[in-house]
Amino acid sequence: MTELPRWADVVLVPLINIALAFIVAGLVVLAIGQNPFDMMYFMVKGALGSSSGIGYTLYYTTNFIFTGLAFAVAMNAKLFNIGGEGQAALGGLGAALVLLAVDWPHWTLALPVAVIGAAVFGAGWAAIPAYLQAKRGSHIVITTIMFNFIGAAVIGYLLNGALKKPGQQVPESRSFSDGASLPTFHEMLEPFGIAFNKSAPANVSFLLAIAAAVLVWLLIWRSRIGYEIRAFGNSPGATLYAGISSVRVTIIAMLISGALAGMMAINSVMGQQERLIKDFVEGAGFIGIAVSLMGRNHPFGIVLAAFLFGMLNQGGFELMWEMPEISREMVLVIQALIIIFTGALVNMTRDPIERIFLRLHKKRAA
Amino acid sequence: MTETAPAIELKGISKSFGPVQANKDISIRVMPGTIHGIIGENGAGKSTLMSILYGFYRADSGEIFINGRKTEIPDSQAAIRAGIGMVFQHFKLVKVFSVLENVVLGAEDGEMLTPSLVKARDELTSLARDYGLNVDPDALIEEIGVGMQQRVEILKALYRQADILILDEPTGVLTPAEADQLFRILARLKDEGKTIILITHKLREIMEITDTVSVMRRGEMTATVKTADTNPTDLAERMVGRKVLLRVDKTPAKPRETIVQVRNLNVTDSAGVHRVKDVSFEIRGGEILGLAGVAGNGQSELLEVLGGYEAATGEVLVNGSPIDLTGAHSDGQSRRARSIAHVPEDRQHEGLIMNFQAWENMAFGYHHDPAYQRNRLLMDNTTIRADTRAKMERFDVRPPDPDLAAKSFSGGNQQKLVLAREIERNPDLLLVGQPTRGVDIGAIEFIHQQIIALRDAGKAILLVSVELDEILGLSDRIAVMFDGRIMGERLPHETDEKELGLLMAGITDTEADHSVAEVEAQLAEAGGAARKEGRA
Repeated sequence: MTELPRWADVVLVPLINIALAFIVAGLVVLAIGQNPFDMMYFMVKGALGSSSGIGYTLYYTTNFIFTGLAFAVAMNAKLFNIGGEGQAALGGLGAALVLLAVDWPHWTLALPVAVIGAAVFGAGWAAIPAYLQAKRGSHIVITTIMFNFIGAAVIGYLLNGALKKPGQQVPESRSFSDGASLPTFHEMLEPFGIAFNKSAPANVSFLLAIAAAVLVWLLIWRSRIGYEIRAFGNSPGATLYAGISSVRVTIIAMLISGALAGMMAINSVMGQQERLIKDFVEGAGFIGIAVSLMGRNHPFGIVLAAFLFGMLNQGGFELMWEMPEISREMVLVIQALIIIFTGALVNMTRDPIERIFLRLHKKRAA
Repeated sequence: MTETAPAIELKGISKSFGPVQANKDISIRVMPGTIHGIIGENGAGKSTLMSILYGFYRADSGEIFINGRKTEIPDSQAAIRAGIGMVFQHFKLVKVFSVLENVVLGAEDGEMLTPSLVKARDELTSLARDYGLNVDPDALIEEIGVGMQQRVEILKALYRQADILILDEPTGVLTPAEADQLFRILARLKDEGKTIILITHKLREIMEITDTVSVMRRGEMTATVKTADTNPTDLAERMVGRKVLLRVDKTPAKPRETIVQVRNLNVTDSAGVHRVKDVSFEIRGGEILGLAGVAGNGQSELLEVLGGYEAATGEVLVNGSPIDLTGAHSDGQSRRARSIAHVPEDRQHEGLIMNFQAWENMAFGYHHDPAYQRNRLLMDNTTIRADTRAKMERFDVRPPDPDLAAKSFSGGNQQKLVLAREIERNPDLLLVGQPTRGVDIGAIEFIHQQIIALRDAGKAILLVSVELDEILGLSDRIAVMFDGRIMGERLPHETDEKELGLLMAGITDTEADHSVAEVEAQLAEAGGAARKEGRA
């Protein structure tokens, strides 16, 4: 044995990292004179303690699954797509245009078209940086982050102009038709006799996100283009030898990535807001990066990591209510600690754990 | 009479990396004023041992004595203080600095550079006088040949007052003539009382220059003998642990119809440098054409053009019809469709994806093969795995586990993976670059047999190698490249290393006498072409 068993790599290491993050976060809470166990209790209770909490947690989870998958697809081609934020924003525009254009009779008709609208706009927004990277060598990190700003500006411009609901000063579009309203968990679970909070925003998009995760898994690990993406990501030089076009791989990986980021808008714009508003992405594009890194760019890991981040998000809001001494900034600090420990510092714990495993293995062999 | 203390004595050195024991209880005595060879296959532990001596690693246990005194060597500064100098296989030189600046670098006397440079200039003059190590102190590293660069490395060590010199695979990048030069310098250093440790896997060098030789195998020192008391066959056996065939066993070629015709091929790279100049040749079925030359004289580009990822002008016919030379991104695919297979020079960066498992690598380049697809969208991983296992068994890849990552295999087994993938496709034309670079002696024998088996099946083979032994042993015809041109063609039984060495230095009238200086100047130029390319 020369490396860590897979289960330890995928399960044990993240768990230890989360535990470490909570210990350090607890010390921070202790330092401001609050009880860290209360903090953890309220966070978990806020996220999972009620069907309303679960509804919000799953709503955020859905957003993060989409943006996490988006980042992972590009990352498998070693393309650091930091533009999920802008691609999601444009995805919102795509979905909104489709939903505003037609008076949809039923959500089952609206959804597929809205998905296409969101995906095409998200992919389109990723296509320009992709082209610049593939053909002109402009670094994808620079261009995608610039496109976040441009994207936000485009949405802001349209919501203050062409798309603004007449007769109001708020930068938002008019609401979509009632027929375009997606079923919430409350409506989905009612026929089975399961009571679920009525106002929680979790909706059918969650299932769409899970389906997307399965499709991304098939794409990356089972399809030919996925093979080419992984080959390019692991060894860009070798693809020349194998006759794999780096231009093609770069553009396809970024298109899929942008489309997935754009689909986040289905959950948020179509599922919750039911109209296009400014800043609906709320940083989900960036959190997707942390989600994907923590999930080791693997769809299964991403779903789990997205759920954890959904909990953190929702639990953090509840925490502010329950413990007013803990400010919004403090909640951000706690969330940031968890991101740092689970994302950036993975190898800090991985290497010592690997050494322990090797030593145990050697002792057993001896 | 008191016995002189050995210059270096290692007692019971052991070192493990995780579960791998790189050095097991190694003891060795190197007497002052001798050249001591350490020979062994890749991964035998030679480099680890020398890294311990030079302070890069700390031994888990064991003692080091320098000139009879027990010495701790926690880092390379301590090694330098103890009088040990190291010449690495890959030079540690700043290319845009002058020779003088490189010699002084890290050994400056104070904050201001000028006094050190003045002192170093004097020192270099006297070192040149004492040891015949002539180098222009003001030349930039990027302007001098590989052999000269190596001298600079030796000068660096001597400038730091080294009495013990360790050379790690010093001839890997040199032509035979340059290697001879190096050996003359080493002999001179020995005469002046320096102690030299020569690490190599080439038996010929050991026999030629060393006084004593130690053999390492799998982390252990298996023997230390006087060079005069041994012979290459004996050493090879001790290295590998079984009898090996040192020469290539093959029958005369039976050439058939022409498979490849290359006409007036020219390659200009993206930096605008003319790499391949008017190259023409033919290869028939059942024939191996060996392409010799110092690394970086156009051979790599030639392989890349034929392999489909470099653009060229001219004409290449395979089985009578032309192949596309525009160098489009996915030409590698069209080459495979034309029954051209390619074992690239750099298996770690081109031939394999080190993080991919063996079965994923077996599909690399052949991932469009219909047999590998489950349906229009998905690949058939089960079939690829089964195919991989069968090919691994036929090519004796150890361990024959398709799920193991490429990086977990030894160099020889990695190369067998690539060869299995390419040869099992039964190509009409096989391009092979450096087939045995970094490969163990045991595996070399097998690899050569496989290449010859493909030849005997009537296929055309283009072999590019910087190892002249390999070129002479495998080829049915030999072409020598220098500065992008083919300098001449020879038949292996009608030529020798000396003649090929002259051709590699760009000297075509091989019958005439040539002064050492003339050959050296030419070689510097051959190396110059290599360095500009940046992969020498």
